[in-house]
Amino acid sequence: MPESAPRDTVLKVEDLQTTFHTRIGPVRAVNGVSYSIGKGETLGVVGESGCGKSVTAFSLMRLIEPPGEVSGGAVWLGDENILEVSEERMRELRGSRMAIIFQEPMTAFNPVLTIGYQMDEQITRHLGVSRQESRERAIEMLSLVGIPAPTERYGSYPHQLSGGMRQRAMIAMALSCDPEFLIADEPTTALDVTIQGQILELIQSLQERLSMAVQFITHDLGVISEISDRVLVMYGGRTCEVAPTDVLMSTPQHPYTSALIQSIPKFGQRVARLPAIEGTVPSLYELPAGCPFQNRCPNVGRRCREVHPPLTEVARGHQVACFYPVGP
Amino acid sequence: MTAYILRRLLQTVVVILLLSYFCYLLMTLMPGDPVDEMIMANPEITSADIDRLRALHGLDQPVWVRYWNWASSIASGDLGYSRTYRVPVTDILGPRLLNTFILAGAALLVALIVAIPLGVWAALRKNSTADYVINLFAFAGISVPSFWIAIVLILLFAVYIPIFPAGGTSSIAFDMTPWEAFVDRLKYLVLPVLSLSFLSIGTYVRYTRAAMLEAMGNDYIRTARAKGLSWPRIYIMHGFRNALIPLITITALSFSTLFSGAIITETVFAYQGVGQLVFESIQSNDFNVAMVAFMISVSMVLLMNLIADLLYGVADPRISYS
Repeated sequence: MPESAPRDTVLKVEDLQTTFHTRIGPVRAVNGVSYSIGKGETLGVVGESGCGKSVTAFSLMRLIEPPGEVSGGAVWLGDENILEVSEERMRELRGSRMAIIFQEPMTAFNPVLTIGYQMDEQITRHLGVSRQESRERAIEMLSLVGIPAPTERYGSYPHQLSGGMRQRAMIAMALSCDPEFLIADEPTTALDVTIQGQILELIQSLQERLSMAVQFITHDLGVISEISDRVLVMYGGRTCEVAPTDVLMSTPQHPYTSALIQSIPKFGQRVARLPAIEGTVPSLYELPAGCPFQNRCPNVGRRCREVHPPLTEVARGHQVACFYPVGP
Repeated sequence: MTAYILRRLLQTVVVILLLSYFCYLLMTLMPGDPVDEMIMANPEITSADIDRLRALHGLDQPVWVRYWNWASSIASGDLGYSRTYRVPVTDILGPRLLNTFILAGAALLVALIVAIPLGVWAALRKNSTADYVINLFAFAGISVPSFWIAIVLILLFAVYIPIFPAGGTSSIAFDMTPWEAFVDRLKYLVLPVLSLSFLSIGTYVRYTRAAMLEAMGNDYIRTARAKGLSWPRIYIMHGFRNALIPLITITALSFSTLFSGAIITETVFAYQGVGQLVFESIQSNDFNVAMVAFMISVSMVLLMNLIADLLYGVADPRISYS
């Protein structure tokens, strides 16, 4: 998909830094990440466990709790830097203009309250409507996400719904106040493969209908290539590469991205051993100076061990943070 | 639901029957019997008289026959006769039970009113100075012996600053209006209630804190925050509402143990409660009183267990008894 005409930017992240103050010392879980997402656009954020994808998402919602802290940068939602607004204003934004779908539909709902009650809480809080109107809105949302018998499900408790249905209800709740910006934090990871496809399709169709900006977080490149317009690859709390999805999948420039793509098993192709990236993700406690990927990188040079390579534009809309990129 | 309650009640009756036999056995294992008490007061009694007395009271029968006689008279509504007080057991036990019920109930109420907010607060301000102070207070409540706190309270509020009576249940007076009588009862209740509740406050604070911390660590709290809800709403509807589930069980179960815990408090404050009565009746081999009181204690534990389980089902929709 070529870079389309400039879209209205919904969310702009500039040099985001999130630090966890641990006993061993401060840990930079997110270290200078910048990107923007336009109206109706899906940005896929991909990376291994512990690379800072979810922490980035929680930082945007200001859901990081002590000992963690968003220690720098700016997040622009419209013309407000939401890292600087009051907690009161933030509560108005959360759940109304920005919403999040969590990874675990099993535990993300409160088990002792009905689905309807939990949806009403959010709707009455932000839309200022009566109980009756809120109920109608909630049931409408439940039917929009394809939950059968939404009126009955409105009065159901979370444990009475299957995992897939719960994730649908979660999506209904997240979208109940028409957010401009939606974060989907690995929404399909905990689900069966067959359900995964349905949920992905649902998110995609709702995005088109509501023209939201979506940040889709996953560790699954297959899912990313299906759903997103652009992809941001993260490693060790930093951005490695940003590119339109098809460009990234066909001509990755960062050695890490390239290795990730090679490690996807291809249909109908039998190999003796699936290529894997040697080594493990370095602990955030002991990130080396320079590029965090240096110890696993085939192209590593002396410079990589000294300074972190800056994110540079190699083609229109394609940025890479690498001194020795993989040639196209 | 009804079927469940009936089944549980049936189980309860069986357990009560088994336990009553066991208690009865224990009572007979105690040295001496009521006849020994009678002959102690009368040096001129002959061994023929003793045998006649034993036969008259059925004490020459084997244990299971005596148990059967006792149980069948209980079942027919006759609770027997207190040998020490020389009145029917109902007359002596009834008012005592009511007194203990008032004491234990008031103590539980005070304990919960104090402990739950403290526990919740400690959980929400985890590792703060407030948390440490509350924990210290809670551990003090758990570790201090009950007679000690009772004596300290008497010294402080009955001796040095005499605002409450040091002991007793009510003033001996005949011309009090109902309101005056009520206030009088309250005055006598304050110190025993404080003393008894102090013991359980510590336990409840710890339980509330733990339950609240556990609830607040759940994913749904994050969901609630992500919805933009206010903190009070998150704390109460999402945090405390879930912390309530373990608290219900603990509260219901400890309500029955408050009766046994009341023995020491009742003794120190000379409060006319059932704990003191049971203690005395065991000492003086007055087992008609002791057995009935036992049965009531046992039934309380079992009944509270049942109530806890039922309330559990109300508080947690995942539990269903149908």
